[in-house]
Amino acid sequence: MSSGACEVCPANPNATLTKLGVDYEKYDFVIGLAGNPNTGKSTVFNSLTGLRQHTGNWPGKTVARAEGAFEYSGKKYKIVDLPGTYSLLSTSHDEEIARDFILFGNPDVTVIVADATRIERNLNLVLQVLEITDRAVLCVNLMDEAKRNGISVDIRALSRDLGIPVVPASARRGEGIADLLRMIHRVAIGEYVCKPRRIKSLSPDIALAVDELTKKINKEYPKLRNARWVALRLLEGDQRMIDAIKNGEFADTAGLHKRESQPLKNRPLNVNSPGVDV
Amino acid sequence: MNDILETARNLRIERGENFHDSLVESIYSEAAKIAKDAVSTPDSNIAFRLDKTVDRLVTSRWLGFPIMFLLLAVVFWITIVGANYPSEFLSTLLVDLGHPWLQGIFLSLGAPSWLTGVLIDGAYLAAAWVVSVMLPPMMVFFPLFTLLEDFGYLPRVAFNLDSIFRKAGAHGKQALTMSMGFGCNAAGVVATRIIDSPRERLIAIITNNFSLCNGRWPTQILIATIFIGAAAPPYLAGLVSAAAVVFIALLGVSLSLFVSWGLSKTVLKGEVSTFSLELPPYRPPRILQTLYTSLIDRTLFVLWRAVVFAVPAGAVIWLISNITISNLSLAEWFINTVDPVAVIFGLNGVIFLAYVIAIPANEIVIPTILMLTVLTIKAAGAGAGAGVLFEMDDAQTAALLKQGGWTLLTGMNLMIFSLLHNPCSTTIYTIYKETGSVKWTVVSTFLPIAMGLIVTFVLTTIWHLS
Repeated sequence: MSSGACEVCPANPNATLTKLGVDYEKYDFVIGLAGNPNTGKSTVFNSLTGLRQHTGNWPGKTVARAEGAFEYSGKKYKIVDLPGTYSLLSTSHDEEIARDFILFGNPDVTVIVADATRIERNLNLVLQVLEITDRAVLCVNLMDEAKRNGISVDIRALSRDLGIPVVPASARRGEGIADLLRMIHRVAIGEYVCKPRRIKSLSPDIALAVDELTKKINKEYPKLRNARWVALRLLEGDQRMIDAIKNGEFADTAGLHKRESQPLKNRPLNVNSPGVDV
Repeated sequence: MNDILETARNLRIERGENFHDSLVESIYSEAAKIAKDAVSTPDSNIAFRLDKTVDRLVTSRWLGFPIMFLLLAVVFWITIVGANYPSEFLSTLLVDLGHPWLQGIFLSLGAPSWLTGVLIDGAYLAAAWVVSVMLPPMMVFFPLFTLLEDFGYLPRVAFNLDSIFRKAGAHGKQALTMSMGFGCNAAGVVATRIIDSPRERLIAIITNNFSLCNGRWPTQILIATIFIGAAAPPYLAGLVSAAAVVFIALLGVSLSLFVSWGLSKTVLKGEVSTFSLELPPYRPPRILQTLYTSLIDRTLFVLWRAVVFAVPAGAVIWLISNITISNLSLAEWFINTVDPVAVIFGLNGVIFLAYVIAIPANEIVIPTILMLTVLTIKAAGAGAGAGVLFEMDDAQTAALLKQGGWTLLTGMNLMIFSLLHNPCSTTIYTIYKETGSVKWTVVSTFLPIAMGLIVTFVLTTIWHLS
């Protein structure tokens, strides 16, 4: 892990970071920031964008999406801070916001922030995100706290098992942000090709059903990047997904990489109002 | 397209109900396996055990609540005592020196007196008053509260309150949104988005106003100091005032529970949903960073909002005090008309009018009350004429209010009414946006007023009987 002095050294790639706050119109890449509640997503968000979203040590602080931007190595990034969730499988409001964004918002890179002291539970969400998207970076945050608790995390083993870049960080101290940026950039420009782990241990009959449905979806929407996840959701009977197919939302968003703002279909109670934070 | 849905439905029927469970099981087992390969945890762990011990204390059945009350009381006590000195300094600077200076400038420019009145005696003084009264307590209160929050105490509060909220038929997370309301009700209402069930979310929205917000803390603290603290021996005054404020805050929590219970038994019947609340590890707060962010994000933000509302309100106060119909100002007409009604509730016409003017922001209730009191009793020497807001120290304020007919009962009733009245206009608008329903917005607005009137009426009746 890099120390404080490295963060300010001009040789550090971080030196090419320009924090843009909310000052952006055009951007080259969209980053989604997902993770369990209270893992420091907003802290990571703040150190990338220079914004000062209120951070606090309690789960559920960010209840809507917050957006900001930064420039790195000549590319402009828009970054969206999503509500913290334990999973993407239930029907609660905040989970839906996170899930819809990763699926329909088509982020170029999804950064998952995990708590180094609670890797196992955090991995449940990581595996679910990797079902949806190919391009992800795992940021193992709160490494300082893990150290305090005598927990050691084998970053390389995690990266190998998950098939995505894994970056250790202590965002509160600004440590690891430089490495995180570099990895986001490499994945975004296609220099690092992720081979995300897919859930393998499905029982044979379910795996068969998923495969069958995935093929059908792929045929109908060849540009859709995450047909397997859609299949999983349909098999669960997710009404939101069924509606999305019925009303043609898929045809709108699937694979079309729009550079303008991509409106999510609003659910009631305006989940989409930007930057509301409590 | 329909083919896909058809296939999905058929497969779903074929594979039966257990698809979800089986998927979740697969995910969990793979996560466990990956974690086992990558993470090593020591068997004995001092830091972890320390966290556990602290948790056992602060969430214990017997000590949990006393510790909570004690922490709250300490925070208020430090706020009350610590805010005094900067408050004095600011009022000297902005009011005693700034006000005459600005008046002089306007005079030398030859501005008409009504313009000086509206801008300097109205708008400027209201803003200056709000700054000198609001800024010091916020400068102390917010960093303290933020430190508690960063440390990880808030989820423990939620944990302690969870079972009580569930017994009241509300969602356990309402304890968290209620805590947010202690900062700002509009923020608290937005925070209810963490509650999944619409029924429980609505309950949380309607009852959020029972959390005393920033705008109301200064009112509570001031009135407690000059009426309740003053009734105690001097060496106990600070403690007694702090206890009175804690009492009002706890009354708010109890009423929040009571109303939640009432709603869930009548118009908002339904099952209580369960949820899991994670107790995050205690984190040593980063003190300098906390001071900085709580100052920038909270203190200045709230202060700016207060000033923005105080400026037009100050102008309005000056105008209604100086526009007269048959020798009585508009303000006096209103006060004289509602006074007989207000007395039934142990309040007075001045307080009622102040609450009408202060709908945009609770922060300006006290300055408005003082100004209007001067107006009605035509206090000689106090203040600077009709519609002019002024700053006085606590003793002078107490003397003026007593001259205006205030008693200990008026003080207590004002504290209760400050807890139980309509939310500020920002919160009302937020409630409308979040619920999308005029009906529930109206309920949230008028229910607290009705309750405030009932409680003050009962208290006043008992007071007069005894």
